Amino acid sequence: MTTLRHPLMQVRDLSKMYGARTGCRDIDFDLYPGEVLGIVGESGSGKTTLLNCLSARLEPTSGSVIYQDRTGADIDIYQASESRRRLLMRTDWGVVHQNPKDGLRMRVSAGANVGERLMAVGQRHYGDIRETATDWLGRVEIAEDRVDDKPLTFSGGMQQRLQIARNLVSGPRLVFMDEPTGGLDVSVQARLLDLLRRLVTDLGLSAVLVTHDLAVVRLLAHRLMVMHQGQVVEQGLTDQVLDDPQHAYTQLLVSSVLQP
Amino acid sequence: MYVAVKGGEQAIDNAHKLLAEDRRGNPEHPELTLEQISEQMAYAVDRVMTEGSLYDRELAALAIKQARGDLVEAIFLLRAYRTTLPRLAVTEAIKTGEMAVERRISATYKDLPGGQILGPTFDYTHRLLDFKLAAEGEAPAPAERVDSAPDATMPRVSDFLNNEDLIELELPDSDETEVPDLTRAPLDFPADRATRLQNLARGDEGFLMALGYSTQRGYGRTHPFAGEIRMGAVAVEVVPEELGFAIQIGEITVTECEMVNQFKGSATSLPQFTRGYGLGFGHCERKTMAMALVDRSLRAQELGEDADAPAQDPEFVLYHSDNVEASGFVQHLKLPHYVDFQSELETVRTLRSEQMATLTKKAAE
Amino acid sequence: MNPQQETTLSGYNFAYLDEQTKRMIRRAILKAVAIPGYQVPFGSREMPLPYGWGTGGIQVTAAIIGAQDILKVIDQGADDTTNAVSIRKFFARTTGVETTDKTARATVIQTRHRIPEKPLTENQILVYQVPTPEPLRWLEPRETETRRMHALEEYGVMHVKLYEDIAQYGRISTSYDYPVQVNDRYIMAPSPIPKFDNPKMNEMPALQLFGAGREKRIYAIPPYTTVKSLDFDDHPFEVQAWDHSCALCGADDSFLDEVVVDNMGSRMFVCSDSDFCSERREAGHQSDGLPQVVVAQAAE
Repeated sequence: MTTLRHPLMQVRDLSKMYGARTGCRDIDFDLYPGEVLGIVGESGSGKTTLLNCLSARLEPTSGSVIYQDRTGADIDIYQASESRRRLLMRTDWGVVHQNPKDGLRMRVSAGANVGERLMAVGQRHYGDIRETATDWLGRVEIAEDRVDDKPLTFSGGMQQRLQIARNLVSGPRLVFMDEPTGGLDVSVQARLLDLLRRLVTDLGLSAVLVTHDLAVVRLLAHRLMVMHQGQVVEQGLTDQVLDDPQHAYTQLLVSSVLQP
Repeated sequence: MYVAVKGGEQAIDNAHKLLAEDRRGNPEHPELTLEQISEQMAYAVDRVMTEGSLYDRELAALAIKQARGDLVEAIFLLRAYRTTLPRLAVTEAIKTGEMAVERRISATYKDLPGGQILGPTFDYTHRLLDFKLAAEGEAPAPAERVDSAPDATMPRVSDFLNNEDLIELELPDSDETEVPDLTRAPLDFPADRATRLQNLARGDEGFLMALGYSTQRGYGRTHPFAGEIRMGAVAVEVVPEELGFAIQIGEITVTECEMVNQFKGSATSLPQFTRGYGLGFGHCERKTMAMALVDRSLRAQELGEDADAPAQDPEFVLYHSDNVEASGFVQHLKLPHYVDFQSELETVRTLRSEQMATLTKKAAE
Repeated sequence: MNPQQETTLSGYNFAYLDEQTKRMIRRAILKAVAIPGYQVPFGSREMPLPYGWGTGGIQVTAAIIGAQDILKVIDQGADDTTNAVSIRKFFARTTGVETTDKTARATVIQTRHRIPEKPLTENQILVYQVPTPEPLRWLEPRETETRRMHALEEYGVMHVKLYEDIAQYGRISTSYDYPVQVNDRYIMAPSPIPKFDNPKMNEMPALQLFGAGREKRIYAIPPYTTVKSLDFDDHPFEVQAWDHSCALCGADDSFLDEVVVDNMGSRMFVCSDSDFCSERREAGHQSDGLPQVVVAQAAE
């Protein structure tokens, strides 16, 4: 990773307060193209709040999030118009929710779920949309003959893979993931992680990944931020942070994981 | 030649005549007078006035008579008449603290200044059909009235909770804001509390009762206590521009319910009870209690509570509370839909024949 | 209709509504005309007719009608359906204006569920009664959300619905209240007219006004405005067609009502637009008036 490149996202002094309570505080970092950033911490540490602030879904109390769009222009997310923000959200960005119900339309077919973003940006050829959707189902290892089935009839792992396809179909540059392997069995988790790693590498995606599972970041994230009580207590290259934690809280976090 | 049967002017005229005849019923029995309805069906009149948003016992009685006792229809009649009335003035806010109280109960205090006044209520009656009423009974013996006639005003329960700062202050959004009028301006979201209360006051009693009940059963619990329910007459005052001071133009009877709800506090603010409010014309306790429950539920978001129950969803509640709107739209399904049905029929036939052709072709292969 | 005037209702203003209310509605109409297809909220009044039975159309008509106007009211294309009769009587009583069932003579036409077959002119106004003005409502129940979707032109979800239709049935199955895009901007509900009538809205010389009383919205299509029915390039919008022609006037290009004529389900097809049909018959067009589909007595 060379620092000469312009960051894809620059986060400065970002804080979110809920009344007197801290959601997250004084967050500062740069995210570079092609980089996967992991955010770890226990529940309540502010990592989901931070993710929501980064992905334009929760207005921060102070600070800024600046995103470089495809033309090379820097956009201050919370100064930009809502239409600009929503356009980014359905083209340049993707969000993979922990619960697939939050990220899918459960009552329309898998094909329509994947095709929605294409239609949102003006594609009007049914045959083409369907073909692209079917192709993406294949890429996330869902049988093509399920294209007309509703996600309600899918297993948890399939729903999660469908959610990923729905996000990636528009060729986003940045994907936000909130505990993507959260509610899944261990064996299903492994398969999903494998798929995610391949897609991220193949497509050269940048990603911000929130999880409490250190094994997930070890596998996916290049860089790691450790959050505790709303603040970043330690950050660095993933292996470095996990193998040689400096902050007391990180040490506790790492030592609490059963070592193989 | 076959002529398509469609409605006609004659049919409508005849239907109206039949309706008028049916309404009167058997002419051997004396016709109901408006006084009889107003005096002996007083709760029906109260409900029609409340949900019809017009305080006029005589017109409400007329509406009930004309609607043959169908109260939703009577409310509709009163509302349609109300639309045509000019706005002469806007009254001052009524002062329920200065009410000539006929009934006043609190479930939160055993005794309180001014006392508990049971007044006329079904609450402790045994619900046994009274066959004496079936025969034309004589006038019941007059009830003993304790001349409690509170010499001074009777403070409201919320007032003395307020003195101790135990309940949230309730202030208008701003002195400058005009009181919204839902009959003049369409509902808009987010709806402020004054608008919501106005909507609920006009709202269907059954709908509000079911919603209030749902909060008690766990769909958006608010931990309510009936702080106070009071019913009685209050003065209605206006300030004519020429005079510049308030003059009383009449008196109306209202029922008011103040619920004391779940307290709230944070690191920076001391815990306090919150409020839910209900008000209606005449004696309408069930309605005002339900209204207070729903009012409080609709404040969930403002108070930072989870808002996932139906009664906490302003769009759901406020868009579906009005029985004149609801009744009209439910019943419009009686209107002809030939054209739409014809269109659906064509679609279904086409789809069927297409599928049939595919199946036949497959079978042949 | 009957030039014989019924006694006009005393004690009420011309066309029932007071002048301030009419002005408020006219302001909403002007705004609607200025922003084609945009739903303008207005202070809908409680009318003496029930919500869902045309109160929106009635208020729009009341706001625009003048003593010189000639009014036609249709429901399902016909002048003599009960609700059309009731609304026409209401205006006859409250305005005393002349009413007609001749499409060509009318200056204001209030309609429920149809557009007349005879092309309208610049001198006419078509007032639609609208039950549900929000075309996105079936996909998103929240008004706050649908308003935002309109504002940001986020209409992808409309095509999701059409996509689902094709995936499920092989064709778009919406047959009435078929959504349109007005002036290349707002998606609009045309009210529950059959999609057969959709093409008539496009570039129509007459002003089209839409009133939704219960939902308190007014919207409009100014004369000569583009109105496009939503579709896919490879599944273009198409209208209904019948295998039959009208059993009374023989028309093969009008919307046909199906009338069941016996217990076996034999049926005949007749024009839904009663004025169109009778004018054709007066002009000498005829058919045999016999059922086109005869279902024989089933063998026991």
